[in-house]
Amino acid sequence: MATLNFTSSLKPSSLMPETALHSFIVEAGEPFVFEILEGQTLRIVDLKGNQAVDTVFYNAKDYSDRYSAQDTIREQGNIYLTTGTKLLSTEGRVLLEIVADTCGRHDTLGGACAAESNMVRYDLSKRSMHACRQSFLKGIQAWKHGMSKSDLTSNINFFMNVPVTPEGKLTFEDGVSEAGKYVELRAVMDVLMVISNCPQLNNPCNGYDPTPVEILIWDKHV
Amino acid sequence: MPMSLESTLLFGDTLPGGATWSHVLKRGTALRITDVEGGANVAAYFLNFDNRSERFNLPDTLKAQHTARLREGHVLFSDMGRVLCSITEDTVGWHDPIAGISNAGLIEKKYGKTTYQQCRNEWYQNARDGFLIELGKYGMGPRDLHATVNFFSKVVVDDLGNMRYVAGNSPAGSYVELRAEMNVLVLLNTSPHPLDPSPVYGPKPVELSVSRVPMPMRDDRCRTLCPENARGFVLTELYFL
Repeated sequence: MATLNFTSSLKPSSLMPETALHSFIVEAGEPFVFEILEGQTLRIVDLKGNQAVDTVFYNAKDYSDRYSAQDTIREQGNIYLTTGTKLLSTEGRVLLEIVADTCGRHDTLGGACAAESNMVRYDLSKRSMHACRQSFLKGIQAWKHGMSKSDLTSNINFFMNVPVTPEGKLTFEDGVSEAGKYVELRAVMDVLMVISNCPQLNNPCNGYDPTPVEILIWDKHV
Repeated sequence: MPMSLESTLLFGDTLPGGATWSHVLKRGTALRITDVEGGANVAAYFLNFDNRSERFNLPDTLKAQHTARLREGHVLFSDMGRVLCSITEDTVGWHDPIAGISNAGLIEKKYGKTTYQQCRNEWYQNARDGFLIELGKYGMGPRDLHATVNFFSKVVVDDLGNMRYVAGNSPAGSYVELRAEMNVLVLLNTSPHPLDPSPVYGPKPVELSVSRVPMPMRDDRCRTLCPENARGFVLTELYFL
């Protein structure tokens, strides 16, 4: 079993934003769908702090081969994602590897918020509030290629803190992220990235204030 | 094990180790799974049979009930905010919802390679292939298989997030009962838990029984476990209006 020490997993990157091939701002409540090629490096920057970035990755050549939260945490023996984590697909491929992380802990058990789960979790009246799975559906419908709800699998929540206790309790805590913190991943193969920058207003996953994030992508040979 | 007085046994069956099973568990019936020998692992996945795009959603289930373990009183939520099944009886107290299922590569790496040609039905089967084949019988495939749970197995998480498999969680005769709150396509697989440290491939059989059971009342234990579950039952009842 891997033993990940929270502070030792902190690792900054030497890549300079000026040399990035692409840069995008994704506002809270918006989907973002983009292909990342093998060898390219992706950085997600929590611009204002405490923002949850709900993300799923797919094998770019076969979307039915996609990120598997359960396989990823089991094979590394730890439920949190950080530097060194290999994101595994359902068919056992390494999609991406986390190569730098100034936050130190990312969740993959908490899933994505939805109109329906908000009704269950908070109140039946919350149905009309915006939610990640609204964004995910909008994003994949716009991307086309036959994607549908069946493709929306258990996701990663970058910058989100969902601790599990030894007694098996699961809680949503204040984020461990701050303005300017980032996570960086190298694509081990061509992948499709589907993001919902979380609009949740009912719990502390965004510090009750959803904010924009920055996406930077560097080419293979930087 | 004696059934409750109000329930009527409809059928019983034995599922050998390493096997896959499916059944459309109708609203108002319950499935009891009994670990006859002790040490069984039963991977399980659930869909709304009447609209198969609605499935078991693991994160929604864990978040709503603030838990990373499943036991009596908990329910299994779909992605639509409805309750697929309730865990109405449970002698174990901890079922693993986080460690996922075995696949062909994992089984071969742990136990060695077997083929049907050599071993006939003693070959080493894995849960992922079993679930994919079973889903195929209903016209579904890999896109339709999402996160699953492992009944009778226990995986604890320490303060740093490290996962540890706990052996001996389920003594012989342990059982769990799932009451269907919708018409639920239930898929079960009895391959070894992917973190089971035993070097020998020795999946255990389970007994299955389906009974007709009373609908949950206002004071039902699963409904009243937390306000989230109460709202889940309201949404489920709305679906059947």
